[in-house]
Amino acid sequence: MNAIEVNNITKTYSTKKNVITAVDDISFSVNEGELFGLIGPDGAGKTSIFRILTTVLLADKGNATVLRLDVVKDYTAIRNIIGYMPGRFSLYQDLTVEENLNFFATIFNTTIQENYDLVADIYKQLEPFKTRRAGKLSGGMKQKLALSCALIHKPKILFLDEPTTGVDPVSRKEFWEMLKRLKAQGISILVSTPYMDEANLCDRIALIQTGKILEIDAPQNIVSRFDKNLYAVKSKSMFNLLNDLRAYSKTESCFAFGQYHHLVLNEVHPDLNELKSYLKNHSELEINQINPGIEDRFMQLMKK
Amino acid sequence: MALCLSGRKSPLPLRLEDTKKKTMAEKEVVIKTDKLTKKFGDFVAVSEITFEVLKGEIFGFLGANGAGKTTAMKMLIGISKPSSGKATIAGFDVYKETEKIKKSIGYMSQKFSLYEDLTINENIQLFGGIYGLSDDEIEKRRSELIDKLNLQNEANKLVGSLPLGWKQKLAFSIAIFHTPKIVFLDEPTGGVDPITRRQFWDMIYEASHNGITVFVTTHYMDEAEYCDRVSIMVDGVIKALDSPAGLKKQFNANSMDEVFIMLARDAKRGE
Repeated sequence: MNAIEVNNITKTYSTKKNVITAVDDISFSVNEGELFGLIGPDGAGKTSIFRILTTVLLADKGNATVLRLDVVKDYTAIRNIIGYMPGRFSLYQDLTVEENLNFFATIFNTTIQENYDLVADIYKQLEPFKTRRAGKLSGGMKQKLALSCALIHKPKILFLDEPTTGVDPVSRKEFWEMLKRLKAQGISILVSTPYMDEANLCDRIALIQTGKILEIDAPQNIVSRFDKNLYAVKSKSMFNLLNDLRAYSKTESCFAFGQYHHLVLNEVHPDLNELKSYLKNHSELEINQINPGIEDRFMQLMKK
Repeated sequence: MALCLSGRKSPLPLRLEDTKKKTMAEKEVVIKTDKLTKKFGDFVAVSEITFEVLKGEIFGFLGANGAGKTTAMKMLIGISKPSSGKATIAGFDVYKETEKIKKSIGYMSQKFSLYEDLTINENIQLFGGIYGLSDDEIEKRRSELIDKLNLQNEANKLVGSLPLGWKQKLAFSIAIFHTPKIVFLDEPTGGVDPITRRQFWDMIYEASHNGITVFVTTHYMDEAEYCDRVSIMVDGVIKALDSPAGLKKQFNANSMDEVFIMLARDAKRGE
């Protein structure tokens, strides 16, 4: 059974001057027990999708179900079985850590004790601060508390909208380890992120851009569809190198990628010696063929 | 935005004389701190940080949430008085010459330094005026900038109506509009798509190439790899400082992410 099914959903917003299509005829499904990622930048439509699936926003067109329940007709039933962590934390800043968790347990007719084992792992790290107001917590701790609050009624599906945005790498890493453990307990998870490196931590992902899905698959399959030779190139003057590579007649694309530039050539069997002689003015030149990452594929799809 | 979506055939403007200038001025130190410290009561937010940043360098200033990055940066840009230690920014003292510092630097924050209710042209005129450029100079640079960013059709639109990526590029361009010696970027590129992010880094590379020092904080560890050198702050102290390649070698790590996690894992402080 599919945990989530989305069929041809469209959502537009109207302002005085124009109509913005936030979600443009999108379809996808999430299997039960799957960790599924919506990967895309701000404005891709991720939050609108989350809000439609969590029954707080109506789509203009299309339909969607969450555990076979319709997001329009069965909204009350859906609200009882899902946990939702919106992008901006849903915590009450003036309540303490413990009061927040207690509040969320109570509105779902349960108690902290009843489902403590589910959140124990996460909440243990917060217990030393349980009398601190949520507003005074660090970003990483707010994120852990928000996750605990979304879990305390033992939901069957978790919706996490950009849970790691603005959080430092250590907290991000811990957060993804928590998600893995929740998944192991059979909870289906839909998570969104603008961080491409987090895509690899999902079972399957949808790459999404301006309201449209570019591709849906397991991360390794998405990467394997990058069908060109990719080179990492470096020299002493990276700025000049970028200009020179972009001006090279056989360059299809060249982007800065940290310490290296990623270069795609428009030939099946490129002559690297020719490229080297073209770049002969560059000292400390390095050219290595490399395997692409999700970001390389995303950029390739964006150009199509 | 015509900043080469395809990533080709649209080379960034290259100025040969600047290449020469950069080589000649390579050793010039534009940021120098010596045991710079900031205390709030008993709490030592920034503890004796000592480092130098060179002209034209892209310097990444990293740290976990609450490590003291923002406090340190506020001292460097002259809006927070240090508790002890020394620092000069573009040659000016952080205790006595804060107004001169402010004139020599550009600043772009996470939340953008642009007025959403003003048009692109109005924002440019406002900031040009604040930095004391003459009307003629503002007009000349304004039209160059609009051409460069390909914003001819948007120049009279409100900044609030622009997509995020355009705002970021515009905010950066305005932060360097008065050709400061140093530009401070506080987590500048969150939330944009990978191509837009790279167009932004193209602009940073160009500024650095033209001799502007770029001091940048970021949460993206892959982005740290674009920097010439990076420092990593943990609990108010600079724990490591080197080129990304040097740090990876030193910590026997494959990525800056691994380096960061090794250093920041045992941090005591939150935000």
